[in-house]
Amino acid sequence: MATREIDLIDTLNDELSAELDRNSDSKTVESGIATDVREVRRVFGDRVVLDGINLKLHRGEFVALLGRSGSGKTTLLRALAGLDTGVTGTILVPEQRSVVFQDPRLLPWAKVLDNVVLGLKGDEHRRHGEEVLAEVGLAGHESDWPKTLSGGEAQRVSLARALVRQPDLLLLDEPFGALDALTRIRMHTLLQRLCSRYTPAVLLVTHDVDEALLLADRVLVLTEGEISLDLPVTIPSPRLRGDSTFIALRSRLLAELGVDEVAEGDHERNPS
Amino acid sequence: MTARQVMEVPLVVLRTGVADQRAKRLRRSSRSLERLIGVIALLSIWQVAAWLGWITPDILAGPLNVLGTAWDLLVDGTLAGAVCASLQRVVIGLAIGIPVGVGLAVWSGLSRTGENLVDSPMQMIRFLPVIALQPLFLLWFGIGNEAKIALISFGVVFPVYINTSVAIRTIDPRNLELAKTIGLTRWATIRRVVLTAVTPAFLVGLRMAVAISWLILVFAEQINAREGVGALVIKAQTFFLTDVIVVCLGVYAVLGLLSDFGVRLLERKVLQWQPGR
Ligand SMILES: Nc1ncnc2c1ncn2[C@@H]1O[C@H](COP(=O)(O)OP(=O)(O)OP(=O)(O)O)[C@@H](O)[C@H]1O
Ligand SMILES: [Mg+2]
Repeated sequence: MATREIDLIDTLNDELSAELDRNSDSKTVESGIATDVREVRRVFGDRVVLDGINLKLHRGEFVALLGRSGSGKTTLLRALAGLDTGVTGTILVPEQRSVVFQDPRLLPWAKVLDNVVLGLKGDEHRRHGEEVLAEVGLAGHESDWPKTLSGGEAQRVSLARALVRQPDLLLLDEPFGALDALTRIRMHTLLQRLCSRYTPAVLLVTHDVDEALLLADRVLVLTEGEISLDLPVTIPSPRLRGDSTFIALRSRLLAELGVDEVAEGDHERNPS
Repeated sequence: MTARQVMEVPLVVLRTGVADQRAKRLRRSSRSLERLIGVIALLSIWQVAAWLGWITPDILAGPLNVLGTAWDLLVDGTLAGAVCASLQRVVIGLAIGIPVGVGLAVWSGLSRTGENLVDSPMQMIRFLPVIALQPLFLLWFGIGNEAKIALISFGVVFPVYINTSVAIRTIDPRNLELAKTIGLTRWATIRRVVLTAVTPAFLVGLRMAVAISWLILVFAEQINAREGVGALVIKAQTFFLTDVIVVCLGVYAVLGLLSDFGVRLLERKVLQWQPGR
């Protein structure tokens, strides 16, 4: 397993840059597009997980991807991250991409700041790393070991690691799934602030319909290997859960996800 | 809702830390005192047996006798010379064997070709008792220092290789994925992710390697050597000087202990990042 992973490193980079070359040669991409996915398929055995996905992300656009568990959200995200060589189709992505996984994935043997600037050389990057750490509220933790961080702190470090590279495409796979409600709200605000500052195109995979509606310019729903709904979010800011547009969009998304709102609501009120 | 019945629940006392530093220190010092008493008792019995003539010097010299001899050998420089010669063999042997072991492990752990070429032969050869190779090594390298160093290097490669290569193969693939998304080069991935991840396993291998190197040294030196601790033992044996032999055994023990202590110190320094430390 590990062997194969490492063998892939070079080939993958080559493939992706070849893809990028083709991109600049043929100029098939409209300006202002940060990601272009065409007819992407992924098959595991005889199970078709992604069945011809087409998707465009604009620069600076914040897109949320919803879908039931097992619908293939992570599979799509991994394809965009360049971690899956088994996909077919065309994927055009910027060279500067960052991924925030569901787990923080900090290297336990590197101090916090070293994790943030991993692979970047020079004092300039270290200074920038310190700045970003301060932005995620972790100034003064530069030389802590990851084992001493709380879950939320570790996830903020992994966010800092993604942002310090100033990506043109930021891929987030349920980054706040393991956090408590309070920390989650703080992370939302933080993510919004950072995104408006660094303006990457963002693809946020989430289970949480409210999270999608609070953060995204556009919400996608993945069903049976296809994008079954592409919904612009037109709620005026500041977005509030009580807003009527919010509630309407929420119902629409829940219906698309196959959740019966009334029954679910009952379930929440009367836990057996 | 039924009214809850109030019942006695037996509680257990969980062990917690000792807040009182003085009590802690006292407990620790009494423990080391007990250990010391054990050692002193053993030495006393041995000394008394020597005085009473139960153990004669041509069988085993008494502790005081040994101590005196140790002092003499120390003062006239015999011991220092011998230790230097022996230590040199071990250090050079380790210096050659460890990088070879790590290099082979990285090669076989990270590439299919390497695994196929390196791993099966290594798994076969490691069952050879190293010291059985002495005759061949003598033929190849002559009776000088080279044969001894080569034997130590050879023996050291295996514990390092086995521990390190297993660790490389079981490395967390998520960390490799991370390296890829961050765009680390292959070399940076090996240095920053792979080698650091396997440090704990490597250090276990290193500790075994150090222990083995002393074992091989003793064996190689006692077959033939003009200088070194082993040579001193052989010379003493021909003259029934059991006191010198015991001094040499003590020297081996101290050297082994010190080098193990060194590796443990290294472990503590290098593995600070591990949870539970
Ligand atoms: N390496 C793999 N081998 C075989 N099947 C896989 C593999 N990876 C994913 N799958 C399958 O593909 C489907 C989609 O998986 P994926 O992880 O993309 O789901 P997801 O939408 O992210 O779900 P969740 O919301 O629970 O994280 C699942 O049915 C899973 O079993
Ligand atoms: Mg997933």
